[in-house]
Amino acid sequence: MLQQRSIQSSQSLRDKILSFDYVLIFSILVLGIISMFAMYSTDGGEFKYHTNSHILRFFVFFGMFFVISLIQIRFWHEASYLIYFTFFLLLLGVKYFGLTSSGSQRWLNLYFMNLQPSELMKIGLILFLAKYYHRISIENINSFRHLVLPITALIGPVILVATQPDLGTSILIASGGIVVAWLAGVRPKFFIYSGVAMIALLPIAISFLKPYQKSRILTFLNPERDPLGAGYQIIQSKIAIGSGGLFGKGFLNGSQSYLDYLPEKHTDFIFTLFSEEFGFFGSLFILLLYALIISRIIRIGNMTRSNFGKLYCYSFGTAFFIYVVVNMMMVLGLLPIVGSPLPIMSYGGSSMLAIMFGLGIVMSCKIYKDVPVN
Amino acid sequence: MLSPGSGNTVIKSKLISRRMFLITAAKAVVMVGLVGRLISLQINQATKYKSLSDKNRFREWKLAPERGAIKDFFNTEIASNEPLYQVHLVPENTKDLDNLFVRLKAILNITDNRVSFLKRKIRKQKPWEPVIVSENLSWSDFSRLNLFLHELQGVEPIVSVARTYPDNSSAHILGYVSQISAKDLQTKEYLKELSVPGMAVGKTGLERKLDEQIIGKVGYQRYEVNAFGKRIREIKIDSGQAGKSFKTTLDYEVQKYTAELLQDKAAAVCVMDVYNGDIVSLVSSPTFEPNQFVHGLDKKYWNSLIKNEKKPLANKALSGLYPPGSTIKTLVALSALENKIVRPLDTFRCKGKIELYGEKFHCWEKEGHGIVNLRKGIQRSCDVYFYEIARKLGVDRLSETAKRFGLGKKVLNDFIEERSGVVPNTKWKKKFIGQNWYLGETLHSGIGQGYFQSTPLQLCLMTAQIANGGFEINPRIIFDEKNDNLRKYLKHKNENPNEPLPTDLLVSNFNLKPLFKNQEHINLIKDAMFSSSNEPGGTSYRHRFEDPKFTFAGKTGSSQIKKFTEEQREAEVKQESLPYKDRDHALFVAFAPYKNPQYAISVLVEHGGSGGKAAAPIAKQVIKKVLERHELRRSANNLIGESV
Repeated sequence: MLQQRSIQSSQSLRDKILSFDYVLIFSILVLGIISMFAMYSTDGGEFKYHTNSHILRFFVFFGMFFVISLIQIRFWHEASYLIYFTFFLLLLGVKYFGLTSSGSQRWLNLYFMNLQPSELMKIGLILFLAKYYHRISIENINSFRHLVLPITALIGPVILVATQPDLGTSILIASGGIVVAWLAGVRPKFFIYSGVAMIALLPIAISFLKPYQKSRILTFLNPERDPLGAGYQIIQSKIAIGSGGLFGKGFLNGSQSYLDYLPEKHTDFIFTLFSEEFGFFGSLFILLLYALIISRIIRIGNMTRSNFGKLYCYSFGTAFFIYVVVNMMMVLGLLPIVGSPLPIMSYGGSSMLAIMFGLGIVMSCKIYKDVPVN
Repeated sequence: MLSPGSGNTVIKSKLISRRMFLITAAKAVVMVGLVGRLISLQINQATKYKSLSDKNRFREWKLAPERGAIKDFFNTEIASNEPLYQVHLVPENTKDLDNLFVRLKAILNITDNRVSFLKRKIRKQKPWEPVIVSENLSWSDFSRLNLFLHELQGVEPIVSVARTYPDNSSAHILGYVSQISAKDLQTKEYLKELSVPGMAVGKTGLERKLDEQIIGKVGYQRYEVNAFGKRIREIKIDSGQAGKSFKTTLDYEVQKYTAELLQDKAAAVCVMDVYNGDIVSLVSSPTFEPNQFVHGLDKKYWNSLIKNEKKPLANKALSGLYPPGSTIKTLVALSALENKIVRPLDTFRCKGKIELYGEKFHCWEKEGHGIVNLRKGIQRSCDVYFYEIARKLGVDRLSETAKRFGLGKKVLNDFIEERSGVVPNTKWKKKFIGQNWYLGETLHSGIGQGYFQSTPLQLCLMTAQIANGGFEINPRIIFDEKNDNLRKYLKHKNENPNEPLPTDLLVSNFNLKPLFKNQEHINLIKDAMFSSSNEPGGTSYRHRFEDPKFTFAGKTGSSQIKKFTEEQREAEVKQESLPYKDRDHALFVAFAPYKNPQYAISVLVEHGGSGGKAAAPIAKQVIKKVLERHELRRSANNLIGESV
């Protein structure tokens, strides 16, 4: 114990800074800069509101990322439950005091920004479950008694978010939680049973869906069903990406985007815009950049000694992967339009905050990789 | 060192790594899938999506070209274009629509109905799409609007062009233009690339005949548009090409004069240059207002045209079919001479009627003309004389001569409304009626009744070809068509008035196509026509000109609509006392001046009664007008190198 403490205390600030994963930091920075150019293009080649505020947010939260990295992983472990409950309370707050926009109540007005707690909950749930599964012994993992708490912790926010309504984010929150449970060693058959139960409950769930959500799913199955209505987004996104070809139409020349054929180009469809302007090679570059970021996160998971760190890094890396893939599949017409931002690239403060927060904890795992958490 | 349960931790850590490995494998598969999708969209289907993207991006607006003008022989535009003043309104550029309409109503006096119609329309369409507030404004309204423009935000004054005609005198031969119909698009190949909303196409007359060349080439503006259809910027503009202008052989002054003469009558007049076939005048009456057709026809006006029993829409000169009546006697006599059936001085006795094949054939002169030879037969238009020679001539030889002089076939090209008429013969009757020819029918044909059908234009051509000495001419109405006709011959004739060449030399020197066997026969007919118009007892003697400058030689005709009953004949019922629809059509053909023929004329007055009374006076006035303008026309001809 003493030795361990000495390891920890022997780390000077200089050591800590030297032990940053610079490949990861560099990748994030490159992606951030690319996202600024993309945002500049959505504003029609001018520094307007979206570009300016995106740049500001990126740098503010990038700075926050470093602060979080330098805080002991032990602290994050200790604070996990508290963080989860804080976010949960914020979600409850949304239910009662939230701002409503386009029929959905997702935001809290914090005066300097509109916070979307469901984005934060993506990280909160992973933290909570990582700590939970870190603490219980391996024998207990599959005992029914020990499944109750994680299931409750997962279902609570998922229901709150789904009823905002925000189907996309609630699914992404759930997927993060499921990944932790899977990594912790919950038996495969449990996932199969829940899957079967989900399918059985699907008709009931569908009856709770809003008409626009139903129409999105039907439209995904056949976009030409309603080319000017719900299918419009998928069709226009495919046209934009396809027309980009190998090398793209060039920076600021994405006609689909600047002529407003592309919907939600700042947020969910930012990849479409980029892909239209920079073509197949540009898209491949973005894809590789994300692969690099994710592999660095997983690598940090490998290096971390604590199971909390491993669970957290693996789960966050996988969740990050899911966010990226769901968004891309959506804009490529492989998934229904559910509304999920592309990490770092998309415009949106809460998403940026959540991702940088999550990455910060990953970096903290790297710096304090040899420090046991309990 | 090892905390309690550290073995547990290691096992757990191994479990986590194992499960992570499975996830990593799944990730790799998904990544490959994503790249595959990108390849499929951006490489395999790139061309398809690029064209879809362009389809999104560009939109074209077609611009209607300016129609070519149609001019008369003296370059007066008889179908031209006028600026069209319109007021458009772009709703998104106005702040207060209601207020704006109140202001517009005060300036332009538009009706409340129109305003509510426009408001409904604005509500239905996108705010940047213009609505047409006023389609055809007067210049004074338009300039008043421009005065107030600074306080009418969103209002756009638009100037475009539309077809206009100076008056109605040439409405039939010019035809009219109107909006493209679905049928036009189906039937006219050249319109396929020309379909601009609101563009007018020629529907009848010259406007239709010349449509393909006169209509011009459509221009277009290509715009980049955004997702809402709003024009972002102009990419390309092609203003198109105005249509070709055409010069005709018509004389607008004569057209106006003639149209005035014919006013309120159902009538037609054709005037033709006997040497070059130029149609100097072609008027049908009653006329209509072609300008009314340009901007959507008023239903009331259309109904009044359709219901009028004098059929104002029909071009009677080109498409009206009438029995030629006694005007055909010129050709019957000619045919009989040519076929040696009769000699000029052979005589017959006219007792007012003749009985042949058990049927009575009457002469129009109940008392009879007494002893009649060829000249007197034509002068008095003696029916009995022509019954006699027609009987000997036979219908087949007559029809051959009639066809040679242009009856039974179309005179001009490409006028859908022109009709070819009928020159009957035994074969024709067998084919179209399925019966054998009766000899009695030959007698009816001999006085231009029965199956004979001809247009006033055909009769004019017939007269022109007699007048020029019996040579074929090809009538024309478009000036720039290559058509030599008898120009060289005429030039020679004018230069050597006192040393006439023998006919066969004329024919070979000037490439003439004689329609006769012996030109003397033509001269006999012309002389007989002279006597008909200028000697006492002639059928149009009362309307002669004493002045040799204007002296004409003509032939009257009345084509019977309804056969007279014996009672009517006995009671000497006058045409004027018959119901309008039962009266004869009055016909008159002539050429002038007699000594040196220049023009041929045919006049038809539907249900006008006798040709001498109803048609000849009109012919007399038109002939005077045309001859008065002859020098002018001749010098214009010289100016443009068509020296005659």
